This record gives sequence, C-alpha cells and structure tokens, in this order.
Amino acid sequence: MAKVTVSIEYCKGCGLCVQFCDQEIMQLNTEVITQKGYHPAHCVDQESCNACLNCAMMCPDVAITIER
Amino acid sequence: MTAEKNPILFGRTAGLSEKVNNFCPGCLHGIAQRLVAESIDRLGLIGQTVGITPVGCAVIAYEFYSCDMVQAAHGRAPAVATGLKRARPENTIFTYQGDGDLASIGMAETIHAATRGENITVIFINNAIYGMTGGQLAPTSLPGQITQTSPYGRDVKVAGNPIRVCELLSSLDGVALAQRVTVNSPSNVRKAGKAIRKAFEYQNEGLGFTIVEILTTCPTNWGLAPNKALGWLEDNLIPYYPLGVYKDIKAGE
Ligand SMILES: Cc1ncc(C[n+]2csc(CCOP(=O)(O)OP(=O)(O)O)c2C)c(N)n1
Ligand code: SF4
Ligand code: SF4
Ligand code: SF4
Repeated sequence: MAKVTVSIEYCKGCGLCVQFCDQEIMQLNTEVITQKGYHPAHCVDQESCNACLNCAMMCPDVAITIER
Repeated sequence: MTAEKNPILFGRTAGLSEKVNNFCPGCLHGIAQRLVAESIDRLGLIGQTVGITPVGCAVIAYEFYSCDMVQAAHGRAPAVATGLKRARPENTIFTYQGDGDLASIGMAETIHAATRGENITVIFINNAIYGMTGGQLAPTSLPGQITQTSPYGRDVKVAGNPIRVCELLSSLDGVALAQRVTVNSPSNVRKAGKAIRKAFEYQNEGLGFTIVEILTTCPTNWGLAPNKALGWLEDNLIPYYPLGVYKDIKAGE
C-alpha cells in the first residue's frame, strides 16, 4: 500500500493517470472543480495501490505525490 | 545517517519551480519538461545549468525550471547556447525547442551548431505541428496529416516531405549523441529520462553536440482527447519516426 495524493493546484483533469493505473483506483472527481475549472484526479482506494508509479510517470502536470 | 527510507517514492523534483505549467491538459510537453528538470536535479546540476527556451508553447518555460534560463528569438536557441557555452564552458547548457522552432525557422542554427560540434544539449520536442500558433503544418507534419494549413492533408508534392531530424544530424561529425525517444507510456518515460541524463553527461565530458528528440502529442491542435492522442502518436508518429539511437560516439565502448 502507498499513499497517492493529487494536488488540485496542479491537476488539469487530463485523465492520463486514470488510463495508466492498472489497479483502476485513479478516477476524476466530478464532485470537485479546481480553480482552473477541471475535475481533478483522486485515488479511490489507497489500500490497493502497489506503488508502481505509473500514474506519476504519466502526469504532465507533476501533480501526483506517492508516499510509503 | 538514519536507516529510515525516504517516505517519498515520487514527488515534484527540485529542478522544477512551484509554478503551474502553461501546457494544455494532457500535453506531453509537461512530461518532457519534468524529465529535463529531474535530470538536472538527479545529476546535481541545478546550480550550474542554463536552459534556453524557444518560441512555441515552451516559450515561458523559464518560469517552470529552478535553474537559470534565457529566452531566445525564434529558432535561435542553438546560437544563444553556443555563445553561452563558449563564454561559460563550466556550465551545462541546454535548449528546449519545438519542431517549428528547431526544424523550420531554426534549421540553419541547428545544423551548424551540430556540425561545429558545439558542446550543448538540444531537447527537441516533435509533435508534428505548430502548437502555439494554432496548429499549422510543421516540417515534421506527416504525409496526409490534416492541419490548419493543410486542410486536405499534407500533399508532399506541394508541401514537401517531412524531415527526420535525428537521421539528418547523425551524419554530422560534430554530433556525439542523437537519440529519438517518446513519453507515451511509463516505460518509455523512464527510457526518455535515461537518454536525457546521458546527453547531459556527454556534454559534461566535453564530447560534443547532443540531441534527444522526444515524440510528444498536441491534443489541442490534433483535435484529440489526451488518451486518443497517445494512440495517434503510437500508430502514426512512431512508424514514421522510429525510436532509437541514431548516433552515439561511445557505442561499442
Ligand atoms: C520570427 C517569428 N516568426 C513566427 C512566429 C510565430 N510562431 C510562434 S510559435 C511558432 C511555431 C511553434 O511551433 P513549434 O516550434 O512546433 O512548438 P510548439 O508550440 O508545437 O511546442 C511560430 C511560427 C514568431 N513568434 N516569431
Ligand atoms: S502508483 Fe500505480 S497502483 Fe498506485 S495509483 Fe498510481 S498507477 Fe495506480
Ligand atoms: S495525469 Fe496529472 S493532471 Fe492528469 S488527471 Fe492525473 S493528476 Fe491530473
Ligand atoms: S497547443 Fe498543443 S503543444 Fe501547445 S500546450 Fe497545447 S497541446 Fe501542448
């Protein structure tokens, strides 16, 4: 398990992290609208994160932090 | 030293400033920029590096790095880099240029800096289009590619053939490294990072001109969602612009 945090300052809701998470635990949060007007990504099941870093590798906005 | 492991497995590199970049959502410029910033950080070069931004979507990228930056006139980044490197050979100098900037208006500067063997690193962003100005045909646009200025598709009889920059430069004796990578998947992102670090290391060893061409997307002007743009890159750009090392003076060592 790892802790995945998405900064809503940086996230532009592009969905690339969602596409590349094999655990299917990244989703765009339609409940939230960022200052720039995007639905930011969030991790919906921290327990299932295997810390593969795929989401962070593919984030063009370097919005994702992954911690042990 | 404590035996505790760093709890951060991935975070923003110190090579980037804290500013939110100006790229469109899902644009792979953002990944390329992060890799360059991360490479400078990992090699311990933040304090000695000067980057040169182009004219194009990366024009204000001096805002996004934590190293020193200069902004050059359209296409002239390799000329500015030449001056900086000759005056300050102890510094690590890189340019970051799009295909319009590097292969169109700046082709003369590119070829001559390369053939002179200027000891600089060029990061070349090939997205097969002019992004910033609204999606006009670039020298790298594919045959048949629809752009604002080729609404019926690029007709090579009229607009000429695309230029494969790494292949072209690899014939020049001044070039130490010419490698084409992409950042369309996590494994390719890692490989691209390695290529960028290698280019900086070659420069710091004084080996000559290094270029890393990165195939990226322009979701906005390709008219595709970010994930669909990745598919277009895979199906169209990579076959025309094969990934690989086109020149490496250390190959075989
Ligand atoms: C001397 C001059 N000519 C033309 C332009 C208009 N212009 C701005 S950006 C650009 C091309 C950008 O395309 P590219 O280098 O591929 O970078 P991208 O925006 O796709 O990253 C052009 C032609 C300019 N700013 N200055
Ligand atoms: S680190 Fe891997 S498993 Fe965890 S959220 Fe990111 S892509 Fe999914
Ligand atoms: S890849 Fe980055 S910018 Fe895109 S949705 Fe995920 S966190 Fe947000
Ligand atoms: S116009 Fe294209 S290249 Fe420029 S930031 Fe937007 S998606 Fe990226």
